[in-house]
Amino acid sequence: MLKVDNIQVYYGMINAIKGVSFEVNEGEVIALIGANGAGKTTILHTITGLVAPKSGHVYFEDKDLTKIPPHKIVYLGMAHVPEGRRVFQQLTVLENLKLGAFSIKDNAKIEENLKYVYAHFPRLEERKNQVAGTLSGGEQQMLAMGRALMSNPKIILMDEPSMGLSPLLVNEIFKIIGEVSKDGTTVLLVEQNAKKALSIADRAYVLETGNIVMEGKASELLNDPRIKAAYLGE
Amino acid sequence: MSSFFSYLISGISLGSIYALIALGYTMVYGIAKMLNFAHGDVIMIGGYIAWLVFSSLGLPVWLAIICAVIVCVILGVVIEKIAYKPLRTATPLAVLITAIGVSYLLQNTALLTFGPASKTFTSVVPDSLGISIGGIDITGETIVTIVVTVLIMVGLTLFVNYTKSGKAMRAVSEDRGAAQLMGINVNRTISLTFAIGSALAAVAGILLCSTYPQIGPYTGAMPGIKAFTAAVFGGIGSIPGAMIGGIVLGIIENLSKAYISSQLSDAIVFAVLIVVLLVKPTGLLGKKINEKV
Repeated sequence: MLKVDNIQVYYGMINAIKGVSFEVNEGEVIALIGANGAGKTTILHTITGLVAPKSGHVYFEDKDLTKIPPHKIVYLGMAHVPEGRRVFQQLTVLENLKLGAFSIKDNAKIEENLKYVYAHFPRLEERKNQVAGTLSGGEQQMLAMGRALMSNPKIILMDEPSMGLSPLLVNEIFKIIGEVSKDGTTVLLVEQNAKKALSIADRAYVLETGNIVMEGKASELLNDPRIKAAYLGE
Repeated sequence: MSSFFSYLISGISLGSIYALIALGYTMVYGIAKMLNFAHGDVIMIGGYIAWLVFSSLGLPVWLAIICAVIVCVILGVVIEKIAYKPLRTATPLAVLITAIGVSYLLQNTALLTFGPASKTFTSVVPDSLGISIGGIDITGETIVTIVVTVLIMVGLTLFVNYTKSGKAMRAVSEDRGAAQLMGINVNRTISLTFAIGSALAAVAGILLCSTYPQIGPYTGAMPGIKAFTAAVFGGIGSIPGAMIGGIVLGIIENLSKAYISSQLSDAIVFAVLIVVLLVKPTGLLGKKINEKV
């Protein structure tokens, strides 16, 4: 479904991504784990066109995303929950969600998606007229996820959904990621919280300073001594 | 007392023109994150087009207004495409200098085309519209300026808050990258902003030249700077701020001309700006700058 093919990304002189390739199949939950600065966010930004790769390609259902303007990518069925949520602070919760459905013309479909989002995040419905900037961190994460789901994506890319949240909220967010996956949305998850990410993922890739150093089934990586030592703190 | 009200009303009228210009500054700043110092000169071009069609060729008023608006919209969008878009990722200083360059380009183009002497502008408002209430004479220009400004402000507020394009503008204004992820075409949104700002500039130009019936290559320069001041005064980036800032500025300017000194009125206007910025650096309605957490 999604194929990242040997991408190289530079920030000025710095080679941030050094030829990364990986694949996501339909229906999978794929985790991309690694330490701070490994290049996880850069990879997601490259996929959705916020950063242009120096070389390499990103194929989504056989279309080369590196040749498509960034604002058209959501129309293909790919949504991105960016790092740090990046909800529109001065807009209300409902306005944020409606903007998530910017790519959809059919109002009935938008209402249907809104019901779906409210079913998963009842808190958002309670606060729909509140300005997003006044929400708590956890609520903003829910809003960022809800906003992405409003576009009816085939695949959703999530960047550090657990960042800055209490363990209780992290559990809630991951429970919802599981539900979204069960509903048929493919998930590409970037996380520093390797334990959580591997517990929910089917497969995972381990990223170190711009290279993929390990890959495999999430359940196997969870028990791998090197992963345990480097990422799980055991 | 009646003279006070008459100064007040003409101040509101002048301030309305500043507000219309300030809206262009503030919207472009909010969405494209740049100060378009050529904005004042777009007003001047709008004035010249209206003069050409109405005063010079003697064609109907509505045609003059439509022509001025269309030419300014095209001009604004083309300026953005040619001069500013290539600098989207450049430093703010480079963009600022480019804007000043565009401003001189427009002034000198007008100078070459129409000559240095000011032309007499025939007011687009018929004299019969003027009224007199309780001994205060209110000119037709004043009435039309205030009414048109109020209508535009209401329309613009509705547009920005309730239409899909308006919401896209607010999203781009806050976070360009996140807006793109929603499927919003950032370049088109910026073009639309320049188009709206330039249309307002054309209207402001016609109203300005009708009230002070002259048009020259530098007609837009000073009102442009005053309107920029108004936008900063009200809180740059804020639409209601530009409206309030413009009107307050017009009133201060007119009252100081009437009661203090006509030579000092500009100095007083800028002194008030300095005081406001010292007390509230983001302007009257300026938003607190959100630090990234």
